[in-house]
Amino acid sequence: MTSHAQRNLLHAYIDDELDLVRSMELEDHLAECADCAQQVESFRALRTAFATSQLRYTAGEQFRSRVMQAIEKAERPPVRERERRSLPWWNWVAAAACLLIAVGGLLLYSNNRRDETLAHELVADHVRSLMATHLTDVLTSDQHTVKPWFTGKLDFSPRVRDLSSDGFELVGGRLDYVDGHSAAAIVYSRRKHVINLFTWPAKSGDESPQATAQQGFNLIEWTQDGMYYCAVSDLNQQELREFVELVRR
Amino acid sequence: MEAGANSREKMARFDRLVLPHLDSAYNLARWMTRNPTDAEDIAQEALLRAFRFFEGFRGDDARVWLLAIVRNTYLTWIRRQSSQQNSTEFDEHLHTDLELSLTPEADVLRRATVEQVRSAIEALPPEYREVILMRELEQMSYKEIAAATESALGTVMSRLSRARSILRQLIANERRTEVKQP
Repeated sequence: MTSHAQRNLLHAYIDDELDLVRSMELEDHLAECADCAQQVESFRALRTAFATSQLRYTAGEQFRSRVMQAIEKAERPPVRERERRSLPWWNWVAAAACLLIAVGGLLLYSNNRRDETLAHELVADHVRSLMATHLTDVLTSDQHTVKPWFTGKLDFSPRVRDLSSDGFELVGGRLDYVDGHSAAAIVYSRRKHVINLFTWPAKSGDESPQATAQQGFNLIEWTQDGMYYCAVSDLNQQELREFVELVRR
Repeated sequence: MEAGANSREKMARFDRLVLPHLDSAYNLARWMTRNPTDAEDIAQEALLRAFRFFEGFRGDDARVWLLAIVRNTYLTWIRRQSSQQNSTEFDEHLHTDLELSLTPEADVLRRATVEQVRSAIEALPPEYREVILMRELEQMSYKEIAAATESALGTVMSRLSRARSILRQLIANERRTEVKQP
């Protein structure tokens, strides 16, 4: 034997990844080469140390049920389909009559529920973003940095405005996944209050701002120029409205 | 309701194929992040992603598929982490001064304590740590590891070889210093 076995082959041998022929060739080599044989023994001993150390971590019961809950929540039917199809006017009349009389109430209820689910999701996203490391993917107060950052990561280009002269400081941007599609979250702050401005292409026409509250957070959503927006914050509603007006300008 | 039936079916399939590997997902996340809180965040995020993209799962090995998602979730997380804190996850210099050509005695390695093995693994660079975990703790084949880490077989082989050499040296060095200072 002139040379030692290739190091990678020794490991493949130890791991039973070699075919029969290669294995036998290597065993022949090991019989003659004390150095390689010692390597194999040493690496096998290392594996023994692993095997006897019980290194595997297992997930706790609490964690397991938390995951199950999160999955079940995600399983709920996709939210928000407020597209309006254009139909002949008599269809509208007929439909409107039917809806009003028969299922109007029910639809209103389910529509509300859908909006509530979305609001829920946005608040959850907002809260998650406040957990130390998740607030921004791109951290900057410069609108000309935030906007290009989104380009290429999204199939739309969100409008990013610098509102620092109005007391709303631009903190940065983040990619999010909301309501079954990617969303841009533009992050602002006002006296330590974080505002997440979520946006993605809208499926419906312009809608004026509507304020709601969810779990102690204020939300204002609207649709403008083909984009859906929702501002979420623990800021009071008055100031959040101011913010929205500035964004809409 | 068709949609309801479909979603129940999806849930049941996910239950049967993916959820049995929740421990594997957590274990990988736990070793990669080296702390339980981040591990839970990453494992949960990965399982949610897995559920979201479950329709796209065509393979036959759900564990490999899930671990690939955990790994990608971890990589995204670490990238975010380092861009914000400017911290480097791993210091390559730490290991360059190790004399890797030396072959530690098998006995020394066999007598290593759990703590020594554990801290040696934690000190490994992430790309070596993951292959070691998949091989030694998940008992995955080279082919499975290559699939889960989206790398070539040759890369898996050389990383595993390098990982074991570093581990061996770390453990042996520690044993030696232990003997020196009784």
